[in-house]
Amino acid sequence: MVAGMWIRSTLTYRSSFALTLLSSLLVTFFDFVVILLMFGQVSGLGGFSFAEVAFLYGTAGTSFGLADLVMGSLPRMGKRVRDGSLDTFLLRPAPVLAQVAADRFALRRLGRIAQGLLVLVWGLVLLDGVEWTPLKVLLVPVMLLSGALIFAALMVLGASTLFWLQDAAEVTSSFTYGGNTMLQYPPTIFAQDLVRGVVFVVPLAFVNWLPALYVLGRTPPAGVPGWTAFLSPVIAVVCCAVAGLAWRTGLRSYRSTGS
Amino acid sequence: MRLYATVAAGGFRRHATYRVATAAGVFTNTVFGFILSYTYIALWDVRPTLGGYDMADALAYVWIGQALITVCGLMGGGFEEELIERIRTGDIAVDLYRPADLQAWWFAANLGRAAYQLLGRGIAPMLFGALVFDLTLPSSPWTWLAFLGSVTLGAIVSFAVWYLVAMSAFWLLDGQGVLQVAWLGGLFFSGMLLPLNVFPGALGELARVLPWASMLQVPADVYLGRYEGWGVLGAYAFQGCWAVVLLATGRAVQAAATRKVVVQGG
Repeated sequence: MVAGMWIRSTLTYRSSFALTLLSSLLVTFFDFVVILLMFGQVSGLGGFSFAEVAFLYGTAGTSFGLADLVMGSLPRMGKRVRDGSLDTFLLRPAPVLAQVAADRFALRRLGRIAQGLLVLVWGLVLLDGVEWTPLKVLLVPVMLLSGALIFAALMVLGASTLFWLQDAAEVTSSFTYGGNTMLQYPPTIFAQDLVRGVVFVVPLAFVNWLPALYVLGRTPPAGVPGWTAFLSPVIAVVCCAVAGLAWRTGLRSYRSTGS
Repeated sequence: MRLYATVAAGGFRRHATYRVATAAGVFTNTVFGFILSYTYIALWDVRPTLGGYDMADALAYVWIGQALITVCGLMGGGFEEELIERIRTGDIAVDLYRPADLQAWWFAANLGRAAYQLLGRGIAPMLFGALVFDLTLPSSPWTWLAFLGSVTLGAIVSFAVWYLVAMSAFWLLDGQGVLQVAWLGGLFFSGMLLPLNVFPGALGELARVLPWASMLQVPADVYLGRYEGWGVLGAYAFQGCWAVVLLATGRAVQAAATRKVVVQGG
């Protein structure tokens, strides 16, 4: 309902909304131009072709965009904890998390999803040499959704820490935005310890790397067995459970500013 | 002059209060530095002299970029949202009554902020990067000094750009659209994602003459010793010209806006 309010408020100025949507699409597009520029200089990056990198970029970008659409307002919460205006949310008869997520809900974030999907489709069109089986076809939407859930869980987990560390919103973005950037590139170019970190510690590799490498018919990184490609939904559920728990703990420890 | 020195010191102290935020920022810059470093390594592995940089130069470039993000306001000047909010709510009228110039006031405050960010968020990621990766380090103290000068000019150009962005709020009130365009300019044309000398053809030529080049590409090239001897003055002149042009434009826009406010207030 709160999201609906912000959507209505954005749609009041239709031309302005169209412009922000367009510029938001453009901003994310320039992000991809960097990869285009790189491939203007080289034909492969870490042994991956342009189509394969585009596939990685598209899957990570779409998942991140979906999570950002729903949870992108969470970093703002630090300010609300600091000045005590979070109290308003506690008084309303709706889940606090939903309210915080809907706070200043920005429909222009659709631009990011659109850009991710565009690059994904582009990558799929250019991909040759992939033998499509029903399983692989099914794995693509499953990967996008589980990836979005994993990103969203990380955002909630990060926001939960804001109950204690009001200024630390940036740490979360190094995992979410940073993870998104990292997953856009093939795992072969990173130090193997870093890759192991995003498999076993912060399970970002399940957003797209592990399932995508299966689709592309490549061996998974860091000596991880092949069946992990199908674990993404399970990991997503576990992440959401952990994030939910952290959020409850954080909310319970919230003491208003008293002013 | 004393007044503005106090304002600058205030800007420094104000940002020094947010220690958790600084630590969080250092962490984020370091993580991004790592990710970018690996992509650059992959790129320079295949093309070892891309853009005239060798691998150590390219890696130094990554970490200079991470160090300067907040100092030179590549993705936001750090003050424009507050200024826009003051314009939107009308608090700006109070500021205009003060016996100080609006632009000079924010300029001084922002210089203090940039100085703090250089110490707080600039040095730590750079040290981290130098410990883990093999970076080019200037051998001569003069290069460090020249670099510092170029960073200062970069911070001034950044202020001028973001001040203009904020001034647009007098007419647009919202400012979101302009903010996003400026953000795009900062992200892409400063060379934070990829050095501008790697940009091909006309796009590269355009990118290298835009004001955003002053904020990262030029300081980085000064650091990497790509300007020999007095050539540094050429780099300074490029940055200085943009600073003067943009500050003067900001002043003109401010004057026009102030007249408008008087009309509204009357």
